[in-house]
Amino acid sequence: MSAVDLARLQFATTSIYHFLFVPLTIGLAFLTALLQTSWHRSQRPEYLRLTRFFGTLLVINIAVGVVTGLVQEFQFGMNWSAYSRFVGDVFGAPLAMEGLAAFMLESVFLGLWLFGWDRLPKRVHLATIWAVAVGAAGSAAFIMAANSWMQRPVGYQLSSSGDRAQLTDIWAVLTNVVFLWAYLHVIAASLVTGGAVMLAVSAWHLRRRSSPELFERSAKLAVVVLIPATMLALFFGGRLGINETKYQPMKIAAAEGQWDTCQPCAFSAFQIGGGNNDPTPTKIIEIPHLLSVLATGTWNGQVVGLNELQAQYQQQYGSGYYIPNVFIQYWSMRTMAYGGVVLLLLWLWAAWLIWRKKLATAKWFQRAAIWAPVLPFVMNTAGWALTENGRQPWIVQGLQLVRDAVSPSVSVTTLVISLSVYVLLYVVLAVVAVTLMLHFARKELAPVPVAAEDEEPVLHFTY
Amino acid sequence: MTLVTFWFIVLVVLWTGFLVLEGFDFGVGMLHGVVGRDETGRRVAIGTIGPLWDGNEVWLIVVAAAGMFAAFPGWYATMFSGFYLAFLLLLVALIARGVSFEFRGKRESVRWRRTWDAAMTGGSLLAPLLIGVALGNLLHGVPIAADQEYAGNLVDLLNPYSLFTGVTVVLVCLLHGSTFLVLKTAGEVRERAVHAARRVAPVTAAAVLGFAVWTLTMVDKGLLASLPAVVAVLAAVAAVWLVGRDRDGLAFVATAVTVAMVVVSIFVGLYPRVMVSTLGSATDLTVTNTASSSYSLRVMTVVAAVFLPVILVYQGWTYYVFRRRIGAAPTASRSGSGTGAT
Repeated sequence: MSAVDLARLQFATTSIYHFLFVPLTIGLAFLTALLQTSWHRSQRPEYLRLTRFFGTLLVINIAVGVVTGLVQEFQFGMNWSAYSRFVGDVFGAPLAMEGLAAFMLESVFLGLWLFGWDRLPKRVHLATIWAVAVGAAGSAAFIMAANSWMQRPVGYQLSSSGDRAQLTDIWAVLTNVVFLWAYLHVIAASLVTGGAVMLAVSAWHLRRRSSPELFERSAKLAVVVLIPATMLALFFGGRLGINETKYQPMKIAAAEGQWDTCQPCAFSAFQIGGGNNDPTPTKIIEIPHLLSVLATGTWNGQVVGLNELQAQYQQQYGSGYYIPNVFIQYWSMRTMAYGGVVLLLLWLWAAWLIWRKKLATAKWFQRAAIWAPVLPFVMNTAGWALTENGRQPWIVQGLQLVRDAVSPSVSVTTLVISLSVYVLLYVVLAVVAVTLMLHFARKELAPVPVAAEDEEPVLHFTY
Repeated sequence: MTLVTFWFIVLVVLWTGFLVLEGFDFGVGMLHGVVGRDETGRRVAIGTIGPLWDGNEVWLIVVAAAGMFAAFPGWYATMFSGFYLAFLLLLVALIARGVSFEFRGKRESVRWRRTWDAAMTGGSLLAPLLIGVALGNLLHGVPIAADQEYAGNLVDLLNPYSLFTGVTVVLVCLLHGSTFLVLKTAGEVRERAVHAARRVAPVTAAAVLGFAVWTLTMVDKGLLASLPAVVAVLAAVAAVWLVGRDRDGLAFVATAVTVAMVVVSIFVGLYPRVMVSTLGSATDLTVTNTASSSYSLRVMTVVAAVFLPVILVYQGWTYYVFRRRIGAAPTASRSGSGTGAT
């Protein structure tokens, strides 16, 4: 493997891993804040117990999310120094805002929330968990703004020597239309992830009749969030697709395995074969007009095919192969779309059971709900595969190629060492985090804690 | 003053803020097994930084992202790719200690806790060492080619001055952590912390003196520029005196000033360079040849001007909320489960 391949593999591995934890944090922080708000408004101790229960899962998850985020922050400089030099002027600003405006908020207020139960007035303490939720969602906003700039660079000009992109309009970067849809999509997907986990944990307890009346509440809350969030995730994803057709036509053409330009275009629901060396896969089901609708938002919209785009790009950027991995594009897109529909059906089933007051006894549903969280995690990963793989061979669409972006001073050996270290470390972290999450997810609900009233110095026993 | 110089100063402030805050976290991490002989003692020690360390560590993200990537991308690119294996190890250390805080209390097993205690101690020792070595190398100089890319290898980073800077940073963090523990605990843990502080202080002061002399011989910039190094020595000596006399608050201030001035003296020695090149001053990285464009820096200035004061307010408030000393309370048996159960 070349240094470029290794650096890519490393970025893919660490990002995918990091992003297992991020959406769960965002979703679960929001849901935990909702639970605590319910406690605050109703004063019913059940909600306090649920808040603490799911808060524990949130905290374990945040711990891993935070430390793996550090790796991401360092990696641009370590593995992609040529990229960092080229785009730092533009790309650094949203990252800096992430740290200053959002991540700091999340981290400081997490400490306040964790340790502030008996130190802060209830109202203030409630505000701290909301600050954590806002900080987490805000972090994602700036990261998505930075990433969207790589998909559709705006608000910049090339320096006179052409070796640097310079920021000319921060507002354009922060209102990039790709960013807006991608961000909304990520937030909706995060709520789906957090909600699916909350529903799964609740279903597990309902199945074992441990505190069923409480876990029915958390299950209901999860379903109330999940139905609109899943519908919105599908909708925002669709809007994002239409914008990508405009700005990154290669990405969408590859996602459909569309080699020739078509109008109107049928959607291939399933195919055997396909990939960059197989332009004529066996298409199993084709739905007329659907691709036109998905890619352009119109009944008879035109989708430019890979062959034509390749010819265009060669003319524009010089000879080279500009088609991303078609197999990954095709299936990552379908993983999300089909997974989203399956999840939505599952949530509707839950809603029907809630309406018929059968949720607590519906064994088959509970079984399904316990395993349901696998899907959002797979779909989140597929989402990044679609976005990032679809941009290849570019690191910044139309401006810099991935192969020109790596650190020239970093050798293959060094990359092998670092990749091995990360993989080893991440596997250990995953085993520990998952074991702990399962352990705490399966625990009985703790009783309402007695507040310490004494004025003596009190030990914090969170750690 | 130009915008570029202003951002260099901001960066120095961020680095200083990071090490003053995270410095005592590192120290507490290194010392928690020393001042806490039993589980309760260790929990008291860790409890002093429990609500604070996460926010403190974010300063590193701000340093790296805001101070370096956004304001000086050329510097960020060269330093992070050049100090590759050192930074890899730094990440491992930060990850190990970061998760150890959350994980160690989550299981009742003794072996489990010993494992995470070891991760906490090791990570808290390794991180300041590597940061110190990295900072030392900025001033000592490393091979940098004309295209601003790092042209050396790992061995180039292991020069005596940088290693000594690394050891100095570890020692000042150790002392800073012990004065923090003295200030924030009561009872047996505090006694042990006092003992530790008294033993560490003279060694630290000697190291700071050595560091100051060495740094000043490497860069001769006149009397005013020598001031931070001199203040660092004076503060370290004051710390020795204060920890011997139970002046908890002042001793902590003295160690904070020591940490700050050690950092500042390196950057004062550097300016206007940001990375010295051993291949001739023509290839030095400077504030001007690594900085972002002025529009980008103006944007960053507005962002920093809005958010830094806000951060200082809420982070300061956190310190106020958790201002009380922590001692071993009889509730020690109730542990492990639930978030924030006190």
